[in-house]
Amino acid sequence: MGPIRLLGRYFRASVHAQAQYPGSLAMLSLGAFVANFVDVIAIAALFARFGQVKGWTFGEVAMFYGVVSVAFAFADFLSRGFDVLGTEFIRTGAFDRLLLRPRSLTVQLVGHDPRLSRVGRLAQGLAALALATVALKFRWDASAVALAAWTVLGGVALFSGIFMLQATLAFWTVESLEVANLLTYGGVQAAQFPLSLYAEWFRGVLIFIVPLGCVAYFPVVGLLGRHDPLGAPDWFLPLAPAAGFAFLAAALAVWRVGVRHYTSTGS
Amino acid sequence: MAAAAPALLRPYLAVFAGRFLQMLQYRAAAIAGFATQCWWGATKIMIYAAFYATAPQAAGALSLPQVITYTWLAQALLVLAPWNGDPDVALAVRTGAVSFDRVRPVDAYAWRYAAAAAWITARAVPRAALMFALAGVALPLLGLGAWSWQAPADLSAAALFVPSLALAVALSSAFVMLINVCVVATLTDRGINTLMMPLAIIFTGNLLPLQLFPDWARTALFLQPFAGVFDIPFRIYFGQLAGASAALGLALQLGWTAVLAAAGWLWLQRVMRRLQVQGG
Repeated sequence: MGPIRLLGRYFRASVHAQAQYPGSLAMLSLGAFVANFVDVIAIAALFARFGQVKGWTFGEVAMFYGVVSVAFAFADFLSRGFDVLGTEFIRTGAFDRLLLRPRSLTVQLVGHDPRLSRVGRLAQGLAALALATVALKFRWDASAVALAAWTVLGGVALFSGIFMLQATLAFWTVESLEVANLLTYGGVQAAQFPLSLYAEWFRGVLIFIVPLGCVAYFPVVGLLGRHDPLGAPDWFLPLAPAAGFAFLAAALAVWRVGVRHYTSTGS
Repeated sequence: MAAAAPALLRPYLAVFAGRFLQMLQYRAAAIAGFATQCWWGATKIMIYAAFYATAPQAAGALSLPQVITYTWLAQALLVLAPWNGDPDVALAVRTGAVSFDRVRPVDAYAWRYAAAAAWITARAVPRAALMFALAGVALPLLGLGAWSWQAPADLSAAALFVPSLALAVALSSAFVMLINVCVVATLTDRGINTLMMPLAIIFTGNLLPLQLFPDWARTALFLQPFAGVFDIPFRIYFGQLAGASAALGLALQLGWTAVLAAAGWLWLQRVMRRLQVQGG
């Protein structure tokens, strides 16, 4: 069985299992949408009170937010196995089984327990993009769609890389470390707003260490047709998402080192 | 009779103490939580500062130093926000151990309530201490006093903040118990936890100080039960609720705690009568 069909099987089985608790699933789906929409409520309330923020309007901030949310939703859906690697695989020894199966480790982990609730976050990201479209009277021509899609791809790569690094740490710590939530959930949180609002040291972290700015801020500034107030040249803006792929490549290399280092915890 | 009361309370005090000491062992979790909350707090504060710098006249009742202090307080006490049931209850439901709750010679609600209160307090204390050391002590020493966690408005605000904070823990525990009962009734914690999270984040004032929401919503936001977890104690801290209005705030906290605890107790009686046990 090829990796794509295998993933399809994994996804179908998981969806079927989650549908066994219909009452819970109904609350979960509704809750996931609302849970992720609360940030938009906060943003809307702030703009209702203050009007705009350092020259950025509500529609523009909704665009930043929508793009990063959509990217994170996809990455989160695909990375659950990496997210829980420490608690569910390494501590229990179940990781040995994954290594024994004659299939790619990555495919098995990507197929592990993809959560339906991520659809809620995706819907919420798309809703934020719809809000932005209406508020800005934004025209989605072919180049805008292409740039947005490329930006989202870069974001998926970056967030998947972060999940992978978090998983790699678990080879040493055995537990899944919450600290990575800083960069995943915290990253989404930080990238919702244009980087020009932040202090310089914080911008530096978000551009050069974990290049969240490159998969959200710079390309979206380009998408909005603005010049970067931080002074990045216009030609750089649409190229920035490539940094997400570079990050993922680096994360994969580190992950391989981790897998080689792995010693079983036993039964 | 005087001797009987402590004897009656002893099992609940014991479960509180046991759970408290157990939760204190999770030092790595406390440090991870602290790191996350620093990031969150710093991000929020920079965003608030940007909004306040853009239109200072629109801010209304809360000044920027107050919003900054509010943010550190809310991050320090984040675990008070009732968005999760007690994971022990979810585990007991999954394994079937919840059936033991029926045979213990104690009130199941009070027993679990004491455990929930300990679960919340023991996670809050180290995180709040670390956060205070950073935002209240280290930031001013580093010359970043403008970004720091500032002292209560005055002595009476500080004195009233103490009982208000205790009531916030009591109220939060009552919320957690409602979630716990729901977990027992629905056999899983995933659904209710996902549903509670947005409610708890918005209406406690964790997402955004309730006073920054539009002015037309002010009264309703003040009277709803979640306000007693963050909004009311923090307003007392800032001296915005003083004298009679502080008494009203404390009464709201106490009243909602009683209502939620009564509802949780009654619901648990019903659920326990027809308890479904899974596992094996």
